Amino acid sequence: MCLGIPGQIVAVTDPERMLAMAEISGVKREVNVAPVATGPLQDLVGKWTLIHVGFAMALIDEDEAEATLQALHDLGEAQAELDAMAAAEAAQEGRE
Amino acid sequence: MALKDEKVTLAHGGGGKAMRDLIEEVFTSVFRPDGMEDQARLQAAALADPGARLAFTTDGFVVDPLEFPGGDIGTLAVCGTVNDLAVGGARPLWLSAGFIIEEGLDLALLRRVVASMAAEAEKAGVRIVTGDTKVVGRGMADKLFITTSGIGVIPPGRDLQAANIRPGDVAIVNGVLGDHGAAIMAARGEMALSAEIASDCQGLGHLMEAVLAVAPGLRAARDATRGGVAAVLNEMAAAAGVAIEIDEAALPLRAEVRGLCEILGLDPLYLANEGTLVLFVPEHEVAAALAAMRATEAGQGAVAIGRVVPGEAGRVSMRSAFGGLRIVDMLVGEQLPRIC
Amino acid sequence: MRYAEEFRDPKAAKALLAGIDAVAGEIGATRDNSVRIMEICGGHTHAIFRYGLDKLVHEGIEFIHGPGCPVCVLPMARVDDCIEIAEKDGVIFTTFGDAMRVPGTRRSLLQAKADGADIRMVYSPLDALELARRNPEREVVFFGLGFETTTPSTALSIQAAAREGIANFSVFCTHITVPPPIRALLDDPHMVLDGFVGPGHVSMVIGIHAYDFIAEEYGKPIVVAGFEPTDLLQSVLMVLRQLRDGRAEVENQYARVVPEHGNPVSLAAIADVYEPRPSFEWRGLGEIDESGLRIRDSYAAFDAEKKFGIGYGAGPAAADLPEGCSCGAVMSGRMKPVHCPQFGRGCTPESPLGALMVSSEGACAAYYQYGGARAAAE
Repeated sequence: MCLGIPGQIVAVTDPERMLAMAEISGVKREVNVAPVATGPLQDLVGKWTLIHVGFAMALIDEDEAEATLQALHDLGEAQAELDAMAAAEAAQEGRE
Repeated sequence: MALKDEKVTLAHGGGGKAMRDLIEEVFTSVFRPDGMEDQARLQAAALADPGARLAFTTDGFVVDPLEFPGGDIGTLAVCGTVNDLAVGGARPLWLSAGFIIEEGLDLALLRRVVASMAAEAEKAGVRIVTGDTKVVGRGMADKLFITTSGIGVIPPGRDLQAANIRPGDVAIVNGVLGDHGAAIMAARGEMALSAEIASDCQGLGHLMEAVLAVAPGLRAARDATRGGVAAVLNEMAAAAGVAIEIDEAALPLRAEVRGLCEILGLDPLYLANEGTLVLFVPEHEVAAALAAMRATEAGQGAVAIGRVVPGEAGRVSMRSAFGGLRIVDMLVGEQLPRIC
Repeated sequence: MRYAEEFRDPKAAKALLAGIDAVAGEIGATRDNSVRIMEICGGHTHAIFRYGLDKLVHEGIEFIHGPGCPVCVLPMARVDDCIEIAEKDGVIFTTFGDAMRVPGTRRSLLQAKADGADIRMVYSPLDALELARRNPEREVVFFGLGFETTTPSTALSIQAAAREGIANFSVFCTHITVPPPIRALLDDPHMVLDGFVGPGHVSMVIGIHAYDFIAEEYGKPIVVAGFEPTDLLQSVLMVLRQLRDGRAEVENQYARVVPEHGNPVSLAAIADVYEPRPSFEWRGLGEIDESGLRIRDSYAAFDAEKKFGIGYGAGPAAADLPEGCSCGAVMSGRMKPVHCPQFGRGCTPESPLGALMVSSEGACAAYYQYGGARAAAE
């Protein structure tokens, strides 16, 4: 349910109707930003939002995203090291 | 110029002077078919080559909007039929073109469509040698429908068919996938999405000849029109009785097409193309085929996307970047945008 | 695509899978004694099949596909109502593409369109509102369906129509809510679930405390998850760790999008425009108390039910499940799609019998589309 994708707000198009232009991977679509408009609309330009059926439903928290990615990255690195060790051991055993 | 109208009217289909003016000014003056009889009279010399075969195909074209980034219904009508001939190994020679015109169509638009047909035909090295027009009342057709038929010659010894595909063969595409489907969707404006995506509409005849020159082992090729690459791969896997596995990371996709698909919940593998083919070559000819394709205008983005693997006959599957495998089936109907 | 592709990193996925293997081993999960995790959301079901996650995780992990596909649980009679409205003179009926193929008792919207009804697919209720502005002589009806993620969009559109005085716009409301069916599933004495992956996009609207009852009253872990493959794998790992440690908590893996308390603007719009119905029918699950929404009297002018005199439940009683259909058992995790006697036989995406075969998010359609049909035959 509920396809939602990240899009960046690039311009405010109709402040009265709370409309702004969002860009998603080179595709532009006018979206309603009411759910994420806590201050002046202009402040939203440049922000990343989660877009669903033409509405910016949430601001993407860049710090939280970074934290998740960092954790994933560390996990990946640790796993790569383990794999390398296992491969080295296997090679060692193969030689012996 | 005898034709002063701005729009096509029923008079242009009435069999009188108006119709003659339309045909002469809009069509025959541009296509320049040989002779003036109501049929094309063609030299059969090309067929005299012992072992050569005649290829004959027909296709109807409807598209909304009639003009879109990267082409119009005219480019489609020529490329579509040229490509149907070319992927079968035929050298396209002659086309016929039938026009069903709804009254009220802009003559200027019709002239543009005819001009793109002439230009595309010249590029492809084919001649539009005969044709027909009908004008129907408002609401009896949607602006303009075109049907083209094409004749080509398959040189002796060439036998491209999906049944030839063997285990280990490699699947190659000539460029990015889904541009036509995405371009039309954006051009229609129904979903109020704008993106700079042009249709991939192009002839594939020269590309096919280039591949055949260096990769005589070429098994089969298909142009991936409606139903996209997924449909073509399924048809080929079924015809050959083999399993095909493609690699998700290898699929060439434009960022905008990816974006459009993410927004609308569509799978680019099922988006239509109008100048994109899938071909199968034996492993040892892959490098040569790729190099030859990349040297042609239509093949600059050529890349291998998968291969024939052991497995259930007719099955097409796709391996994701981290090893997950899923089946790529034929669609039941048209792919619809979704929100969930 | 930023904030999406980074979360499809194969290296991270591999590490998460290794982590899942380790914890699954610690808690003794095996093929015959599996840990059953329900992903509530159909979007998660779709992602699991799209990336083949079900085949990549430890064999002792079984995904149970939940009721979170609004199209799948749409009652047939409701589709009939849509068609009745769409075929009225002067109506432009607008809908998300998802609903086009859902079978009613006799026809789908797609078939009604072929029969001449003016039915149009839109991407957003905003587009329906725009159609109403441009066609003042027509009545534009928008088919409002979906969970809490989608409900704010129709609420805000109705508010806008009221503000601008767009009198020819109305919504046919079939919005439903996530927590009630989850409670119904947990109350089922045959329930076999060990934990939940929670719906990320619903949660960005309602926040994570809406699921406190799952942990507190039923003692089951739930992790609110994003939709990329590493999001899902990380969430599965978090559920497993809770199970291993004997914890039952509401955790938020998708904090980049889901605020703890949801979205205040959206929640206020929902509360302003909608109120709960006493009960609502879910295809395959039956009537569930307070699980559906209707438009408040203060916005009656924009309520298609009132405009066209089509009340919920006014028509014939809820259609029974078609014979042999096991959607109810599949949705509650008691049966796998491939074990349904109708799967791939009487029930296929071409001619769906049950709700779960209707949408590509439905567990059965996903199974079928991504290889389950053939896997079942093997």
